[in-house]
Amino acid sequence: MSLDYPIALCTATAVAATPLVFAGLGELVAERAGVLNLGVEGMMLGGALAAFAAAVASNSLLVAFLAAAAAGLVLALVFAFLSLRLGTNQVATGLALTLFGSGLSACLGRGYAALPGKALPALHLPLLSDLPILGPLLFRFDAAVYCAVLLVAAVSWLLFRTQLGLMLRAVGESPHVADELGHPVDALRWGAVAFGGTMAGIGGAYLSTAVTPMWVEGISAGRGWIALALVVFAIWRPWRVLFGAWLFGGMTVLQLHAQALGLAVPGEFLSMLPYLATILVLVLICRDPHLLRLNQPAALGRAFRRERWGS
Amino acid sequence: MFELPLRIVRNPAPSVAARGAAPLLAGVALLLTLAAGFATFGQAPLRSLSAIFLEPLSTIFGLGEWLLKATPLMFCALGLALGFRANVWNIGAEGQLTMGAIAGGGVALYIAPALGIFGMPAMLLAGMAGGACWAALPALLRTRFHTSEILTSLMLVYVAQLLLAWLMHGQWQDPQGFNFPQSRAFDDALILPLIAAGQRATIALYGALAFAIAAWVFIRRTHRGYAMLVCGLSPAAARYAGLSEERSVWWGMLISGAAAGLAGITEVAGPIGRLQTSISPGYGFAAIIVAFVGRLHPVGVVLASLLMSLLYLGGESAQVELGLPAAVTSVLQGLLLFYLLAADHFMGLRLARRSVAARAT
Repeated sequence: MSLDYPIALCTATAVAATPLVFAGLGELVAERAGVLNLGVEGMMLGGALAAFAAAVASNSLLVAFLAAAAAGLVLALVFAFLSLRLGTNQVATGLALTLFGSGLSACLGRGYAALPGKALPALHLPLLSDLPILGPLLFRFDAAVYCAVLLVAAVSWLLFRTQLGLMLRAVGESPHVADELGHPVDALRWGAVAFGGTMAGIGGAYLSTAVTPMWVEGISAGRGWIALALVVFAIWRPWRVLFGAWLFGGMTVLQLHAQALGLAVPGEFLSMLPYLATILVLVLICRDPHLLRLNQPAALGRAFRRERWGS
Repeated sequence: MFELPLRIVRNPAPSVAARGAAPLLAGVALLLTLAAGFATFGQAPLRSLSAIFLEPLSTIFGLGEWLLKATPLMFCALGLALGFRANVWNIGAEGQLTMGAIAGGGVALYIAPALGIFGMPAMLLAGMAGGACWAALPALLRTRFHTSEILTSLMLVYVAQLLLAWLMHGQWQDPQGFNFPQSRAFDDALILPLIAAGQRATIALYGALAFAIAAWVFIRRTHRGYAMLVCGLSPAAARYAGLSEERSVWWGMLISGAAAGLAGITEVAGPIGRLQTSISPGYGFAAIIVAFVGRLHPVGVVLASLLMSLLYLGGESAQVELGLPAAVTSVLQGLLLFYLLAADHFMGLRLARRSVAARAT
């Protein structure tokens, strides 16, 4: 039996998982700082369009990813200004960001719908890519797939092995105590939200340059929301985001290949799988209240305002 | 250094007027943004604004469209506002609306014709039940498994829309429909009567207004309404008083789900007249904004629905007049909510005299 087909399934899974890894990791950092940004879907769509448009204009994928990162960042800064500077309700502000981002990308992207996209090329690593089985399985991805895995390691190291990470987590657990200790609560939260937006933008870029190298309205199809669920599934730990993203990536791939495998299930029901799976994993994680209480940042979603003495 | 004797402080309890002024401020900011947008693209701002917002209202038909689009927004947003007051974040009204249309539409297609005059009530009840059942899932998951209703209710939107698409491409498709993804038209007896000739708004509008009154009574005059308010304002106080959070979740989800379901069935048994794959231009999501703009108060929500309906009309006429894409409506919706949240912040501030002690430091 040929191994080509299972290998193709595995590699397609890793590709489908990569945008979720970026977006989920970004949101994880923001939530670790105590900020719940429900605008991931909007920021991903902004990034996806920015990347596609920049690739068309400049013919450079590096420019495309930079443009996507910038788009995600700008949208995240709008959120940060409202929710952190003005102290607005984070749930409502995030929802507004998603509506705004998806509307704006649909408006501005109208002229790009019929254009051919530029696809991220696979890397060819000398020797490694030519290995039997392991070569096609591990060493023929595009650069972003490897970057995503490295990023998980980097974020994990940053959060749990550095002073900056400790401060960030303190801000997410108890901003007032962190403030009393002299940590820059607002700066850390702004930074975390900005990082989240940048990563969501890059995740979006990967959608429109690698997963499906084209632009269609609503290209993310709820992946931003799945990334949010992924953070809960991962109980706010970076490596579990990677694992969860593969799980969901596998789900999308199975859905695409089910018909090829001869499953007589209507396409609509297969398309429901990622959404139903999201609900299922949320239930599996959340049904243990202790697990949730121990791992969820205690100040998640709460605005921080310093109480001034003498006023 | 010279210091002003006045300073800006946070007002812990903004007045009713301040809270009411914030949506107006947000509306003005939105209009200014639009005017600036038109000016940058070389259009006369005032003329363009009146072309997209005022001219649609200059005919009986246009006024009817305004009320027609406000109706599902009212249903959805009144229900959502009840939940939001109790910290129940149902953001899947779009899915509940779809399920209401599916359940009610199924009854309309296959059961109601045999029921005679009970056909229409059965159809409407089925719509409400469909929406309520779809909202019961996130309620069950939150009360039983502590799962965030934000994510689960949203995921169910996609599931409901896919279910509708499956029905429209298969089981319920009109055999004489030239393969369009739609059902056959409902019987004439099941189509809601119009409120006046020459336009398309149906008596569902009266239903929505009655629901607004009922919602007001629920909030102001019932124990459950009060308990939900306490649960929202202070979960700890509610727990101390023995008020059940679980019940608030169930009530909040079921009422908003049933209302969204009613919005769905009154749309398909009204202006649409049949089931089809796209039945709502995002009313369920826009209703979230309507609820906030309406200050989570029934009267405010009714007014905010009329405002949001105008944005939909404006978006449509902008498509025709200025060639803008349909998604311009959701840009405006997002902007409106941004402005409202910011306006709330600024209306929550006040000027205060600087105390001598504070000036000394």
